[in-house]
Amino acid sequence: MSSKQLVIVDTACANLSSVRFACERLGIKPEVTADIARIQAADRVILPGVGTAQAAMRNLQRLELVDTLQQLQQPVLGICLGMQLLTTWSAEGNVDCLGVIPAQTLRMQAQQQPLPHMGWNTVTAVGDNPLLHGLAQPEWFYFVHSYAVAPDAATIATCDYGQPFAAMIRHRNYFGAQFHPERSGSAGSKLLKNFLELTDANTRA
Amino acid sequence: MLAKRIIPCLDVRNGEVVKGVQFRNHEVIGAIEPLAEQYAQAGADELVFYDITASSDARVVDKSWVERIARVIDIPFTVAGGISSIAHAQEILAMGADKISINSPALRDPELINTLVDEFGQQCIVIGIDSFYNEQTDTYDVYQFTGDETRTQKTNWQTRAWLREVVARGAGEIVLNCMNQDGVRKGYDIPQLFSLRADCPVPLIASGGAGSIEHFHDVFNQANVDGALAASVFHKGLIQISTLKQSLIDAGIAVRPA
Repeated sequence: MSSKQLVIVDTACANLSSVRFACERLGIKPEVTADIARIQAADRVILPGVGTAQAAMRNLQRLELVDTLQQLQQPVLGICLGMQLLTTWSAEGNVDCLGVIPAQTLRMQAQQQPLPHMGWNTVTAVGDNPLLHGLAQPEWFYFVHSYAVAPDAATIATCDYGQPFAAMIRHRNYFGAQFHPERSGSAGSKLLKNFLELTDANTRA
Repeated sequence: MLAKRIIPCLDVRNGEVVKGVQFRNHEVIGAIEPLAEQYAQAGADELVFYDITASSDARVVDKSWVERIARVIDIPFTVAGGISSIAHAQEILAMGADKISINSPALRDPELINTLVDEFGQQCIVIGIDSFYNEQTDTYDVYQFTGDETRTQKTNWQTRAWLREVVARGAGEIVLNCMNQDGVRKGYDIPQLFSLRADCPVPLIASGGAGSIEHFHDVFNQANVDGALAASVFHKGLIQISTLKQSLIDAGIAVRPA
């Protein structure tokens, strides 16, 4: 694992440091960069994100990263807003996203419960979800978001807050987690470790 | 099911955790990282670090402790105290804090809330409200500068109106500190929290008054808050987080096991 090169895409957003520190606690030294060649050459890519989909897509366009991120072959993990950016479209600002996972991001309907959906909630795997291997079912993870991906064929884990939504999604080598593994205690740490240890067989979908 | 959150609050002065008696006579408890790690491992759902250096001192102070915390703990944490500009907020968030909590600076300049929300997103902007029940007028009044009793003063805001104002400006979470109860460990201010819950469409965190495990049951059952913040009961070891959480789970309250 330590020989693998992990890149965290430098989207200049707020949870960059905590994602980096979480990886460092696993004993690997990620590179935080927006450099196209470095991202392409990495063994693993994490796309963090906090803020709004519109602003984040504008940033990726400004950094000229859209094509690069759409054509990656190695395992990619989008976290929180980073997961939503992997979908086709987000209602947050009515913005086209990277479109590497066929799903859509919508405003949550929380049925009179507070929004943002903030705190620890239970996540249940759907089918064979290699990132949740070795974890309890369901497992607790930390969420903070007001938009969510509707459950569909790309869903590999679900959560419920007023209505069911996709806690994790996947298409081919692209994975997304709506919650923050970097802030989800030992369960989150295990998920990141699973991501770093994914084998080719796991990512061929 | 979304869990109710148990949130220990630690006072930080000059990069060390301190304990004060009614805001005075602070004694150093210890270094921040081991205490933060200890609480995270004990099952705390998140932590609040209240920077009392900043609230009474406008100097630019060393905030590198924020990054030291972010390196060692794997649960979310909020930094409160003395954050009054985009530059401050940017610095704290870039060091790895998940949320920042604003109190007096928001009262001085409510537009600051909109600015911070636009810049960093609603999810990381918490507004702290210090609310005092005035028996004579039967009103809940908002106070500011409560970190320094020589400067503490009543504002012209009543709590409900201020709560609505900060929510309209985009606050992502409210910590309601009920001052009458603060430090006396006689229980959270249930009537006030219950009354304001209906006006708070974002997460509401109860603060002030926790003294026993029953108080946590009461505040979740009777005021339907999203989280309960407490300091002294945890620091003095009067309540173990694992015991508290098991008691809440046994009572059917949604809680992440310790």
